[in-house]
Amino acid sequence: MNGSNQEDTHRTIERVARESYGRLVAYLSANTRDVASAEDALSNALVAALTAWPRDGVPQNPEAWLLTTARHSFIDHVRHRQVAEASEPTLKLLREDSMEMTLSAEFPDERLKLLFVCAHPAIDPAMHTPLMLQTVLGLDAARIAHAFLTSPTTMGQRLVRAKTKIRDGGIQFEIPQERELPQRLDAVLEAIYAAFGLGWDDMAGVDQRGRDLAEEAIWLGRVLLELMPKEAEVRGLLALMLHCEARRRARRGPDGRYIPLLAQDSQQWSQPLIEEAERNLAEASSRGRAGRFQLEAAIQSVHAERARSGRTEWAAIMLFYDQLVRIAPTLGTRTGYAAAVGEARGPEAGLAVLHGTDPDDVSGYQPYWAVRAHLLQRLGKTSEAAEAFDRAIGLAEDPAVREFLLQRRG
Amino acid sequence: MQFALLIYHLPEEFAMRKNDYSDPHLGAWRAYYKALVEAGVYVGANALEVPETGTTVRLREGKRRVQDGPFADTKEQLAGFIILELPSVDAALEWAARCPGASIGAVEVRPLAPEAMRRGFTG
Repeated sequence: MNGSNQEDTHRTIERVARESYGRLVAYLSANTRDVASAEDALSNALVAALTAWPRDGVPQNPEAWLLTTARHSFIDHVRHRQVAEASEPTLKLLREDSMEMTLSAEFPDERLKLLFVCAHPAIDPAMHTPLMLQTVLGLDAARIAHAFLTSPTTMGQRLVRAKTKIRDGGIQFEIPQERELPQRLDAVLEAIYAAFGLGWDDMAGVDQRGRDLAEEAIWLGRVLLELMPKEAEVRGLLALMLHCEARRRARRGPDGRYIPLLAQDSQQWSQPLIEEAERNLAEASSRGRAGRFQLEAAIQSVHAERARSGRTEWAAIMLFYDQLVRIAPTLGTRTGYAAAVGEARGPEAGLAVLHGTDPDDVSGYQPYWAVRAHLLQRLGKTSEAAEAFDRAIGLAEDPAVREFLLQRRG
Repeated sequence: MQFALLIYHLPEEFAMRKNDYSDPHLGAWRAYYKALVEAGVYVGANALEVPETGTTVRLREGKRRVQDGPFADTKEQLAGFIILELPSVDAALEWAARCPGASIGAVEVRPLAPEAMRRGFTG
């Protein structure tokens, strides 16, 4: 086989791995709850594919090939690991599975169950997103560690612990009952949005690593929408992420300079992404159940409107924020609300909103200080503004943002 | 729990500092220091002179060995340190990421030795 064919085969393996990873892990672990072994089995199958496919050609149904190979590896593994333990139940489950499945057969998509398992209330909330990134998308621990600002070893250990808990802690692979669905779904949405936020904060447009993580989150959002097309908040989250993603290019100048939203050239925003966001948001609101992500998407939608009208409707943004802080009174939404009030009603009104926050909560929260500095500066309170700028600069991680604030501070 | 943030710079960064001490990152460092103090995590810090000013001493078989320059022969050299009081290594990594030194060179986060051991040194 010649080089370019081999390259094609490798690309096929990469593509199948990316598209099928979560489906295969979810399916392999749905009965045994043993996510770690399912992942090991799948990575063995992927290694086997790297030898077999370039030699024998890509199988007609690559996913089924991987599943069969992974299943063999899984059974071997369980047999070895559990010699002393009572391995019979797991093996029986696996064998029953194989009987149902033939090589060409479709297998059920269990990814939704896997997503709910990753964001299960019994799992440490800090691990929801890392688990999803690993088990559904197949990202390795080192890359997840970068995004979470953790050492790769520590992240690896935390992931192993979380998976052990899934296996041994009686966490069921199931879609939650209607009664608890909203809360459970919220945890899934939060985890996906956290992944997007990490990619977004991470020097968007400059850092390849950052861009990828935001894309992975949008991918997860699309998977979730495919699985739950009727949930308004799922569409709301996707719309929110797409609106932000649409502005990626406009966030930096050609020299890497940070450009805040209001100073961005709206002609650089991606219209196709904005349109896709708008379609999802419209579809979501037609279902008549408002929620946090729809409101956040609505705020971004008002900003996006500037590309057409040339101006920003701050009054509308303020109203959406007003609803948002009622249902999600977080430090982030409150700070956003203060900024919107500052634009719609003037800096004093904006500062009054900030006054309501607990000083202990904000000591490490950079956006609070940036908004506060901006509002004080508009009031001409130069020395107080400089204090707030210093805090915002000192808490900033992105050198471009730091530089921008230093210049604003004067 | 106390952590040291060990700040490493590239030669270019030292070169800039050597000229007239008008560090282009001075504003960022000052703001970072204020944020540390305001957050109540600051214990102490100091900057070091450029590596060429260092002299390294060893005693081998009773003989003194004195060498010009810093101990480690590497491109990135220790430029300063900050000691912080923090609840966890996660918090230390977060502050390290905000440190202007992280975008200029690199910042190593290292826990201080347990207090009992440190007390053993000072008696």
